[in-house]
Amino acid sequence: MTSVWEVFRQERKGQAFEHAGSVVAPDIAFAEAYAHEQYGRRGESVALWVVPRDAIHELDDFPDELGRNYHRVDGYSLKVKLKEARERAGTATP
Amino acid sequence: MSERAQRLLELADDELVLGWRNSEWTGIAPSLEEDVAFSSIAQNEIGHARALYELAAADLGTTADELAFDRQPGEYRAAPLVELRFVPDWGRTIARHYLYETADEARIAALKGSSDADVAGLAAKIDREEVYHRLHAEMWVDRLLASPDGRVRLIDATRELWPYALGILDDDLRPTWAERVRERLGVDLTNGDAIARGAHADDWTALWDEMTMVRRSVPGAQW
Repeated sequence: MTSVWEVFRQERKGQAFEHAGSVVAPDIAFAEAYAHEQYGRRGESVALWVVPRDAIHELDDFPDELGRNYHRVDGYSLKVKLKEARERAGTATP
Repeated sequence: MSERAQRLLELADDELVLGWRNSEWTGIAPSLEEDVAFSSIAQNEIGHARALYELAAADLGTTADELAFDRQPGEYRAAPLVELRFVPDWGRTIARHYLYETADEARIAALKGSSDADVAGLAAKIDREEVYHRLHAEMWVDRLLASPDGRVRLIDATRELWPYALGILDDDLRPTWAERVRERLGVDLTNGDAIARGAHADDWTALWDEMTMVRRSVPGAQW
């Protein structure tokens, strides 16, 4: 029985680990060996985390029923408001 | 030829030929992950061969490429164990992998203590990569021993290859290594006669022919 192991790699000491990809392996010994070969042999990593996919809790439900887009960084667009303000002031840019 | 060059060539030939045999699994290993891992090991072995040929070439006034590809089949000093062709038999391949890597560990450890600084330094570098080859071999041995069918395949292959494996090491290193293998696999393997280097496996000529065909296609070319 093989399972999926997610691999995170650290590029330099002190940096955050980032998701690198995954390997398919029957146990942790194989997962470590395969991760080492695929994500570590070219000097691209100083450390790896190898995690069984089953151990990861995924959250993917973020309801926004009331459209409160001002909670989001992209929710408050200045572009349209600025254009309207310029038109009102008669200073619209060419 | 100096004793030093002779010993370096034995090592280099073992690594080149085994690297070649292991690379025969590229594209057809039992899983994609294993394909990547085993191909990487094969490439490492050929890299070790290159470094060893370079040391020998300096002694012999030649080049690594000429040593690797321009000798006649009978001049190679590889142990017959590494010349055997096993594709598509993964059980035999893992048995050889385990037997070779553990024997090579003993040989490299001895070379790391050499009074020859170049040899000792190269042995230390090679050993740092071989650590992963050994981990890979050990995990496969664990996996095969864990199932009845895997166990039979591994033990049968080990028994068959045992006389060849005995041919890797010199007499002084052989007993300790052989005992280690017996304990690890839990099988009774008699020491018996070694199929030593100097002889060549039947599979060797075809491999040499393929391995050198491009160099021979344009003799003397600068590539």
